[in-house]
Amino acid sequence: MRWWLPDAGSTFAGPIDGLFLAILIITGIALVLVEAGIVTFVIRYRGRPGRKAFYTHGSTRAEVIWTAIPAVTMVALGLISNHYWVLIKDKKSVPANAYHLGVHAKQFEWQVTYPGADEKLGTSDDFTVRNQLHVIVNQPVAVELTSEDVIHSFFVPEWRLKQDAVPGMHITAWFEATKTGEYELGCAELCGMGHYKMRARVFVHTPDEYKAWVAQQAAGGSE
Amino acid sequence: MSFWRKYIFSTDHKIIGIQFLFVSLFFLLVGGLLAMQIRWQLGFPGKPMPGGGLLPETMAVDRVILPEYYIQLVSMHGTFMVFFAIMPLLVGVYANFLIPLKIGAHDMAFPRINMASFWLALLAGLIMTASFFVPNGPIRSGWTNYAPLAARPDLSGVTVGQMLWCVSIVVLGLSSVLGSLNYITTVINHRAPGMTWFRMPLSVWALFITAILGVLALPVLQGAAIMLLFDNILGTHFFDPAAGGQAILWQHLFWFFGHPEVYILILPAMGMVSDIIANGSRKPIFGYHSMVFAIVGIAFLGWIVWGHHMFMSGMNPTLGSTFMVSTLLIAVPSAIKVFNWLGTMWRGNLRFHVPMLNAIGFVSMFTIGGLSGIFMAATPVDIPLHDTQFIVAHIHYVLFGGSLFALFAAITYWYPKMFGRVMNEGIGKVHFFLTFIFYNMTFFPMHIIGMGGQMRRIYDPTIYDFLKPQQPLNVFISYSAFALFAVQILFAFNFLWSLKFGKKAPQNPWDDNGMEWSLPNPAPHGNWERTPNVYRGPYEFSAPEAGDKDFLPQYLKLPTDRDPVPAPLSAGH
Amino acid sequence: MTHATQALDQMRPPYPAEPGAGVYSNKLGMWVFLASDVMFFTALIGSYIVLRFGAPGEWAKPGAVLNVPLTAVNTFLLICSSVSMVKAYAAIQDGKKYFLRPVPGKLLRDGGLKFWLLVTMICGAAFVSVQVVEYIKLVGHGFTPAGFREGSLLAEHAAGDPIKYGATVAGLYGSTFFTMTGFHGFHVTCGVISMTYLYFTKVLPEKYSPQDYRGIEVIGLYWHFVDLVWIILFTIVYLI
Repeated sequence: MRWWLPDAGSTFAGPIDGLFLAILIITGIALVLVEAGIVTFVIRYRGRPGRKAFYTHGSTRAEVIWTAIPAVTMVALGLISNHYWVLIKDKKSVPANAYHLGVHAKQFEWQVTYPGADEKLGTSDDFTVRNQLHVIVNQPVAVELTSEDVIHSFFVPEWRLKQDAVPGMHITAWFEATKTGEYELGCAELCGMGHYKMRARVFVHTPDEYKAWVAQQAAGGSE
Repeated sequence: MSFWRKYIFSTDHKIIGIQFLFVSLFFLLVGGLLAMQIRWQLGFPGKPMPGGGLLPETMAVDRVILPEYYIQLVSMHGTFMVFFAIMPLLVGVYANFLIPLKIGAHDMAFPRINMASFWLALLAGLIMTASFFVPNGPIRSGWTNYAPLAARPDLSGVTVGQMLWCVSIVVLGLSSVLGSLNYITTVINHRAPGMTWFRMPLSVWALFITAILGVLALPVLQGAAIMLLFDNILGTHFFDPAAGGQAILWQHLFWFFGHPEVYILILPAMGMVSDIIANGSRKPIFGYHSMVFAIVGIAFLGWIVWGHHMFMSGMNPTLGSTFMVSTLLIAVPSAIKVFNWLGTMWRGNLRFHVPMLNAIGFVSMFTIGGLSGIFMAATPVDIPLHDTQFIVAHIHYVLFGGSLFALFAAITYWYPKMFGRVMNEGIGKVHFFLTFIFYNMTFFPMHIIGMGGQMRRIYDPTIYDFLKPQQPLNVFISYSAFALFAVQILFAFNFLWSLKFGKKAPQNPWDDNGMEWSLPNPAPHGNWERTPNVYRGPYEFSAPEAGDKDFLPQYLKLPTDRDPVPAPLSAGH
Repeated sequence: MTHATQALDQMRPPYPAEPGAGVYSNKLGMWVFLASDVMFFTALIGSYIVLRFGAPGEWAKPGAVLNVPLTAVNTFLLICSSVSMVKAYAAIQDGKKYFLRPVPGKLLRDGGLKFWLLVTMICGAAFVSVQVVEYIKLVGHGFTPAGFREGSLLAEHAAGDPIKYGATVAGLYGSTFFTMTGFHGFHVTCGVISMTYLYFTKVLPEKYSPQDYRGIEVIGLYWHFVDLVWIILFTIVYLI
């Protein structure tokens, strides 16, 4: 039984999980205050014969305080969040040494195009594999997302990575996986009747493992 | 007047409100039945469903729900609940029923247009329901109906159902616009003498601002639905990238409508809860002016946050930044409202009647729903959470924990005014407590499975290894949901039984201050014979002038009060 | 008391009320409805702008596919109908409920409400008729909401000069043209039908007076709105 976010598997997970925790603490405090307030008031101010309510229309000071504190908190949260948002999603943030893969989404599969031995996408030694994403650990990877038909969404939970693949658009999503292992890729945008089974297997390899796999593909292997 | 003119083709705002009530409660039931099937499939994927034998082969085979039917269930649950249950329950019922009563007017500004608004809404509901019975059934693209999937019958498998969805939405949009222009004109021009803007109850303020949102937002959805319809039937290319159209254009149009829409779905609830909490606390609403400004603030900011539904859509990341800022800011007026409700209860003399219990439940649940929104507003955190069950949890905390609890409160509260009887208090209390418990058991765990990565709208989570460990929670949620649905029988029974057998209501059963309580129950056609005068604000509970009573109605003239001076009429009057 | 304020008083709710907008309810209601209609056309026109300026190819040159001179005349007709609408409104404010009345010493007779509203209706109906004929001709020529019909004369011309005809984005051109002008035409038609209804139920039986001419003012507002939308559409669809 899982009770928390998936295990961190990319460089994004640290900041995102940290931000998640920070928000959880802030909202948790707010929640406890409000709910405790409700419970306290319900008990303390319950109607009893002979009691009268305190006749007041409010307090400007209270309004100012409870407007200012949330406003300041939200602005601060926004500034911190935006810093990471730009790092993750901005085109200019894609590392120069990123390894480019092509991911073409279609109903209901992921077609992943690898650059082959020359490590350049768009050349004759590129090869495409269905529903298998192989990447190297600790190496920035840039996925060039396209779609054949409708909107799909590229989602690997452990990498904290999600990006819609939109027909007619060419979108780059980058990440750097930090743990080797096998994961799953799911589609996170309703794309039709087969949406639920648009699943790919994801493999994070050491550089040697990856080279071996590429060589095997070039030799016509099917695993 | 004949039965037909009095109860069926009525131009009386109260009757129209009651018509909306019966029709919308029916669609609420339909939405709930769709949800039960969704929960069966998610809790027990691929298992034969009890009652599944009633479904045709296109929906379930050997009582097992088919994947295509599953996404139809999900799409139509959202569609019915948003457009034909919650929106008409909050606006169609309470804007119609309450506004003239609470501002001292005899009826709406345009009674016949009001009647048209109801019949158009009913027509739209029937068209939408018809989509279940056409070849290939209803839409399969979610209540948000994203193009290009929704524009391509060859890719979605849906044909007539998509056209019906679009036509229904256009008709419903017209109903909404006609209703809204009535509410706006009535509030501006038909307030009784003495009912100044800042003496209007918050329910009226909220319904007024909601109407402004509706009049400006629904037409955009109508435009979008028409473009989608034309892509489907005329071969146009609005959302067709192959011909130069733009897939994301649909999302911008839909959410430009969609975000004001969700404020339409919560503001009336907030307004009515304010009235009920002030009554239950026997105190004026804390910070009345701030509450008004918060409503206006929410409505205004609501126009510039729509992109927060599209952070992952591929739109320019800079837009993500700007929408994040506006979205975080809109949390502030909502927070102000929650604190003011607490301030109202503080040092009050609390009466825990059924409406008050549900209103307190609203505050408690809406707080959770609003706070969970902050996670998604922070764009990096939205990355793992977007399109997961975390969003589903958020939606349901604000729409069910929020709007629906407010509706339980409002229906109970104004039932005497509508039907002349009170609903049973004991059943109401049991219904509240059981609903509250099962509701949280159903929807709170969805935050957790969303964090774990369970995507929205998937037929079988167990296909994914990373989701298998969470399946026990899906089972737990499903059982809780079945119990939650079952408990609603209490409310349905109470509502229907009390129509005939409920205790007859005294004129002012809640010791409330609103103008409506100066009238008999149920209120007569035309409301007041002579236009009433308004002598004070709406929340003068426990005012010193009230003497040994703890309320002081707006309509009550004290010896120290002077009659308000109305706007001058022409010499003929 | 001027005509305007006298009329305003009579058109209030027939019972005491707080000062509201200072505008009687029918007019306020029409303004609110027009605000909603602005949003409707904003959705259509906004989408057109986004699609046109984001289009992956050249848009058709003005006049290549559409008949600009004829539509310019049609536009003039619609503007004339707004002028006649104003004249109708002025006529009833002055109590001129009649059709035509000779004026001593003048050659031209004086038009009353019945005359000027009829002129408006005829011009409006003529506008729609010309549009309908245009649509039939365009579709016959090969221009449809889906683009240039394969095998049509227009498709042939477009193949010969793709830049002038915006051939690569003909689908968008057709989609936006027919949707925007079609819904505008629908609005004009609704206006003409409403005016016809008012003409027979209220104008001919002389039910309007300088004390109460709400229907004329309200339909006039709607009519001017529809005209304004057309001027915008004509500019951005036909001329640019």
